[in-house]
Amino acid sequence: MIGLSHYLALGAVLFAISVFGIFLNRKNVIVLLMAIELMLLAVNINFVAFSHFLGDAAGQVFVFFILTVAAAESAIGLAILVALFRSMRTINVDDLDQLKG
Amino acid sequence: MPDLLPALPEIFVLTLACAVLLVEAYTKNGYWSYALTQLTLLGAAVLTVFTTSADTVYAFNGLFVDDLMGDVLKLMTYLAAIVSVVYSRTYLTDRGMFRGEYFALLLFAVLGMMVMISAAHFLSLYLGLELLSLSLYAMVALQRDSKVATEAAMKYFVLGALASGLLLYGMSLIYGLTGSLHLAEVAATVDFRNQTVLAFGLVFLLAGLGFKLGAAPFHMWVPDIYHGAPTAVTLFLGSVPKLAAFAFVMRLLVDGLHPAVGDWQQMLAVMAVVSLVVGNLAAIVQTNIKRMLAYSTIAHMGFLLLGVLSGSYAGYSAAMFYVVTYVLMSLGAFGMVVYLSRGGFEAERVDDFRGLNATHPWLAAVMAMMMLSMAGLPPFLGFYAKLTVLQALVGAGWLWLAVVAVLMSLIGAYYYLRVVKVMYFDAPHAEPLVPATAAGDVRALLSLNGAAVLLLGILPQPLITLCAYAIQASFR
Repeated sequence: MIGLSHYLALGAVLFAISVFGIFLNRKNVIVLLMAIELMLLAVNINFVAFSHFLGDAAGQVFVFFILTVAAAESAIGLAILVALFRSMRTINVDDLDQLKG
Repeated sequence: MPDLLPALPEIFVLTLACAVLLVEAYTKNGYWSYALTQLTLLGAAVLTVFTTSADTVYAFNGLFVDDLMGDVLKLMTYLAAIVSVVYSRTYLTDRGMFRGEYFALLLFAVLGMMVMISAAHFLSLYLGLELLSLSLYAMVALQRDSKVATEAAMKYFVLGALASGLLLYGMSLIYGLTGSLHLAEVAATVDFRNQTVLAFGLVFLLAGLGFKLGAAPFHMWVPDIYHGAPTAVTLFLGSVPKLAAFAFVMRLLVDGLHPAVGDWQQMLAVMAVVSLVVGNLAAIVQTNIKRMLAYSTIAHMGFLLLGVLSGSYAGYSAAMFYVVTYVLMSLGAFGMVVYLSRGGFEAERVDDFRGLNATHPWLAAVMAMMMLSMAGLPPFLGFYAKLTVLQALVGAGWLWLAVVAVLMSLIGAYYYLRVVKVMYFDAPHAEPLVPATAAGDVRALLSLNGAAVLLLGILPQPLITLCAYAIQASFR
């Protein structure tokens, strides 16, 4: 029998993977954007699981809003990525090092 | 028919922000958008004043709350946004950014802040925050041909999205714990039997909050973004959103999680001390004034958290007074950096201010007032802001925190006074700074900003009373 804790564990694992993806990734900015999407999906699993087991629809409504905002967010992220590639000719995370002090 | 009257200012700003987009498409002339933006902000201020009441009113099935704290903070937001738009006009014109997009994004950011300030539900808190953040990412990236600006935008985007993710994860845990997304119901049903889930949820919420506020140890993005963004955008994002961030902290922690006050006080205390230490020590070694002010922001956010964590009405109103004061001071300081930057030249090194007194004594005097006020010297406004926070802290029994805060402020005085020393006692450059001669209104407003910091410092009581009254009326 699959219970609430299984869903929460899945959400936690996905969330941890995405946080590690953001901090350990040194190669490619696109992987960062993917990790961010994964993070929001992990949160969505949490919300849907809680919503189902609490018998309260508000959590699932929240998920719809998160999905919408995630779409807007990746649109802006990709737009910044294009601007970045145009000016720097690279999307390597290690090359983003002009700002220091 | 739902009662939409409490949200009238938000509806007005939304409509006119869309109108600014259309005006830009048809006229291709930044001045129309500029004028319309100023009118929008003024109109919203009028609407907010006329719909204000001492009672707390809910709308949109409890998603939206209109209370006195929200109204005062919204009025300050409009005022600060108007001032920042005036300050940045010549800077934007020189760099080809004086266009409708900038103003439309700015109005959407203001709308996001208004929603955050008036949120009574996790959903409206999140949507307001995202509207603000997404607009700010785009504003930082607006100077597309600048390498540092696009790099700053990318860093801001990634860390901002990470912060939103942490915040949402915390919200989902609190939702699971309480079964409600309404902040008032969350406060009524917080379950202390499940201490682990509550602690986990709080840690994630506070990590997200810390990122958005720019409090250490989640401050890595602040110096890079302040440094890399076009200075006009730094002026906006370094000042105005702090008001909304304060409201966000109050809504989440005081409206929503007040029963867990003992838990979040400890975590905020750690964040505040680390912010004060990191901000003040790292600012000393900075040579770029935007970076220096960024680290000083981190320290100021530490002070703001000190006010909130004392957990009393006195502490909350001290924190509110502090954030209003901080916005006035940072508008003046960044406004001066913007004013002295000309086409192709950024007055962003501390060294660029060398001998400013010899060529422009009045500008040097205004900048000196901002620096002394940020350092917390009497009789300027910053002194009373620090004093009220410390009083509330001691009153709540956090004596050791007050001692740490005073020590760190003493260290902080060093780098503020260094700017004053550079302006007054060093020889000027061979080519002195040339501010815009055609910008008389900017000069007048900067003078007014300086006068406000001085006069409100001599007579701080009305502003303190207003903050105390707003907090009392909103959190009964």
